[in-house]
Amino acid sequence: MNIISWLNIVDLLVSAVVIIAAIGAAVHRNLLAAVVFAGVVSLAISFLFLRLAAPDVAMTEAAIGAGLSTVIFLIAVRRTEEMEGGDE
Amino acid sequence: MAGNELYVATALIVILVGFATVLVKRNLLKIVIGFSLVDSGANLLIVSLGYLPGRTAPIVDNADMLARHGSLLVDASKFVDPVPQALVLTAIVIGVGVTALMLAYVVRLYATGKTLDVREFGRMKW
Amino acid sequence: MKQVISVIALVTLGFVLWQLVPIAIPSGLGPVTQHYVADGLVDNGGSNLVTSIVVNYRGFDTLGEVTVLFLAVSGAAFVLRRRSGLEVYEPIPASEIVQTGARLLFAPIVVFGAYIFVHGHLTPGGGFQGGAVVASGVLLLLLADRDRRLPHGLLSWVESLSGFGFVLAGVAGLLAAGSFLANRGVLPLGQWNRLASAGIIPVIYVLIGLKVGSELSALLDLMVHAANEREEAHR
Repeated sequence: MNIISWLNIVDLLVSAVVIIAAIGAAVHRNLLAAVVFAGVVSLAISFLFLRLAAPDVAMTEAAIGAGLSTVIFLIAVRRTEEMEGGDE
Repeated sequence: MAGNELYVATALIVILVGFATVLVKRNLLKIVIGFSLVDSGANLLIVSLGYLPGRTAPIVDNADMLARHGSLLVDASKFVDPVPQALVLTAIVIGVGVTALMLAYVVRLYATGKTLDVREFGRMKW
Repeated sequence: MKQVISVIALVTLGFVLWQLVPIAIPSGLGPVTQHYVADGLVDNGGSNLVTSIVVNYRGFDTLGEVTVLFLAVSGAAFVLRRRSGLEVYEPIPASEIVQTGARLLFAPIVVFGAYIFVHGHLTPGGGFQGGAVVASGVLLLLLADRDRRLPHGLLSWVESLSGFGFVLAGVAGLLAAGSFLANRGVLPLGQWNRLASAGIIPVIYVLIGLKVGSELSALLDLMVHAANEREEAHR
């Protein structure tokens, strides 16, 4: 199996991680877990940016989206409630 | 058109999941998470629409990328489109700024109303 | 009823986006982009074409972005300002590993962030990425030592002077070459792939890096210390 098809399989796996983590962020009742899922979405999307030949954008998304945005979310969760009460 | 479909489809699914979260969920923090997902998905969509298969990242790092030896004109057929990347760079930073502002408002609303349910705030009067 | 409308809205949005996407996929570079790529090295002297678009060809949009970030952080700081009637409770102190690691790692992280925004015109990176890395280093310090107070006066001076310097660089371009934020004429373009090249682009990126780093550090400091306060009735 040469390197090109191996990279395509990695692309498929990372895209699957993105979709599963996005659905997990939307569905999960524990807000702490939902915020971590959103951070995983940002990190996996930054890997996809690298595969799309955009190293600047990958660096920005990893530092700002997966790093600082998740931290700000976690601080907000700490200041409010952790479990999503009631129903949708 | 060849290499783009996987990334475009992923980005569209993330955007739709984010919008579904904003429309359906009642919890304020979940709504802000939904907006953040829409931001990430839209950025992925824009960058994947600028991708041209077989070409490389827009950084000129060796002399093979120049059009002629000795000149500084760049051979434009070797690079992907750099304009969507520049736009997305701006969009990511603005996205985190807006998310921080939304979360500051959520924290303040919780301190006032002691609840994160968006239905309660519809009934709050002055 | 609301659920039905939501489902219809989502299906319509998905359908519209899916139909619009094949129109938007390019088969080559457009004419303006062709000029940005082909003349990017000649006009700017820096290897990073995305930097030359963000700072030179679309420099005014970057000025707008810096303004929007400043407004968002100011708004958040105003909303979360310290009010009377809040009790502050003692947070759990960080463990020994975090404290020692933060002291050892802070300097390399800040140097790495500075490296990223100083070399923005040569390698992938630039002001925003370097500023975010510097803010992450400051966050590590804040997490290790919960009583640490950042020098807010210094941060606010650095941020204001950097923003002012960005506009001054634009005015210098106006005086030297006739258009705001022009790259010709203010500083020499220099030799390709050297650190001191690309005209005023490294200067602008250093200023943006300092501004974004100090802004995000101030925002994180505000939010981390605000996380220690609770309303009296809720515990």
